[in-house]
Amino acid sequence: MEIAAISVDSSEESRKLGESQGYTYTFLSDPKAEVIHRYGVAHAGAGEGGRDIARPAEFLVDAQGTVRWVNLTKDYRIRARPEAVLKAVESILPALPGS
Amino acid sequence: MPLKRSWNPLLWAGFATALLAFLSYFLFFYRFPATRDVPWVNLLLFLVSAVLLVAGLKRAFGDPERYRGKISGIVLGVLSVAVFGLFWFSTYYFTRQLPSSAEAPRVGQRAPDFALADANGKTVALSDMLKGNRAVLLIFYRGYW
Repeated sequence: MEIAAISVDSSEESRKLGESQGYTYTFLSDPKAEVIHRYGVAHAGAGEGGRDIARPAEFLVDAQGTVRWVNLTKDYRIRARPEAVLKAVESILPALPGS
Repeated sequence: MPLKRSWNPLLWAGFATALLAFLSYFLFFYRFPATRDVPWVNLLLFLVSAVLLVAGLKRAFGDPERYRGKISGIVLGVLSVAVFGLFWFSTYYFTRQLPSSAEAPRVGQRAPDFALADANGKTVALSDMLKGNRAVLLIFYRGYW
């Protein structure tokens, strides 16, 4: 199972964040918010200088490329708790002989 | 014989509790999901603050011969209500200004493929990550700009 964190931050900023916090998952940089828009999770004008950024959102994609779990918080104070994510991952495990 | 009217500490304690209720959320209770998602500790502190202020005001207006605080009580009361208003705005209004994201892929739909640069500048595609029968958790976040 792979974890990818996507934001408008540059590769450089993500590298610094990953190093300072010890995060080992993949950071993906979407400076023009193209993928963020493709996933319908843009927060228009909410970034610095009115640029579009991502709203907090999580998608669990199974090995076949199908979305199996979505979390779109209504309040960005409130993020998915690790237990909720693990439960979602466990629920698709039978379909994932390789993981 | 006019006695020297005594200080009304309930009012000051009420205002101090309101400040504590506000600050402790952002400095401390925000860190734990159990006290963050519903800020119950802070709401409880605001309730304590209100009880103290009401008791202080009752004294100031009910027994003005003995207690001070008619003017300071009103000022502190209004300030405390303003602090509570700011808290409510920050936790229940401001952070809920999110788009509905009706276009987002739903459960059962295909996740759109994409290719983006990782932290080392290397291009990574979703289809690459899915190779080898692996699932992928995509986390979109606001970024630190």
